[in-house]
Amino acid sequence: MTVETTVAGTLALIAIMTLVTLATRFGGVFLMSFVTINPRIESFINTMASSVLIAIIVPMAVSGDAGSLAALVVTAVIMLATKKPLPAIAAGIASAGLVRYLGITAL
Amino acid sequence: MNVHTYSYQLQPEKVRAEFFRLLPISLFVVAFGAAFGLAAIQKGLEPLQAILMSTTVFAGASQFAAVDMWGSEVSLIPLMAVVFAINSRHLLMGASLYPMLRDVSPGRRYGLLLLLTDANWAVSAQEYQSGKRNLEVILGGGLVLWVAWIIGTWLGVYFGGLLQNPKSLGLDMVLGCFLLAMALGGKKSPRTLVAWTVAATSSLAAWKWLPPNTHVVVGALAGGAIGFFWMEKKTEAPESVEEGRSS
Repeated sequence: MTVETTVAGTLALIAIMTLVTLATRFGGVFLMSFVTINPRIESFINTMASSVLIAIIVPMAVSGDAGSLAALVVTAVIMLATKKPLPAIAAGIASAGLVRYLGITAL
Repeated sequence: MNVHTYSYQLQPEKVRAEFFRLLPISLFVVAFGAAFGLAAIQKGLEPLQAILMSTTVFAGASQFAAVDMWGSEVSLIPLMAVVFAINSRHLLMGASLYPMLRDVSPGRRYGLLLLLTDANWAVSAQEYQSGKRNLEVILGGGLVLWVAWIIGTWLGVYFGGLLQNPKSLGLDMVLGCFLLAMALGGKKSPRTLVAWTVAATSSLAAWKWLPPNTHVVVGALAGGAIGFFWMEKKTEAPESVEEGRSS
């Protein structure tokens, strides 16, 4: 089924995207309200939470260019060394810019 | 459910503090938003339509994917599937906040979730790991991120030429670096490291062999399974070997 991107059609598509996204924002919490939180569930939730971050970042590092990889490596090193997020993030972004500016394509 | 009072009270001063705490990262979100606005009008959306989309959808990666599918016609089911798949991480993110969210009234609970996005969630989830309950960052941080996303889109649709190539400045890596810093700033136990290895491996496998955009949920659930089967002993004392060393 296709929707023509007339004004009405576009507005309908945006409304549908909004509803689908809203369902993902509400859905997890809604389902959890039927679950009894015991230590095992709590343990699952906590491990899952930090795993979300890893599952976003690792494929990003593997599929990205040298600049993306440099950004993540530099962020990791500075974060582990200093425990300060802002310098780590800033240095990471700067490294991506620098590596791309220099035209380095593989690390 | 009995009638009961909800124990979590949102503190207005803390909401304001969290707004300003996420202000620096929001400046980068403006740049991202500008890139989205530019992409949207190049794909044929009207400026106001792009701004409306950013206002109501407020989920960058899925919006980029959606305008990528734009044309004179859009196939509805593939569009919904892509938006759902990319945003399905919200299901897990919301679920992970449930131990705090159940302590606020349903109205506020779902109100807060309107503003749930990667950056404010990452802060809240990491603080929860170290025993701090922070829903204020979902509200205050979410607001600043949302406003930044809308302003960015607005800049992009009207002045898109200003920022021709955000990638050359490394701006595409802002969120990745932010999330990585959050992950590494949390507490790390042997169990966490095993979970992360499992999460990394399975997300890569899913990224390679499963349908597109399923890798975050697959990796996160695989990592969560480690927590489900390997429970850490509740030690309230912070002087365990790992924690004691770094402080």
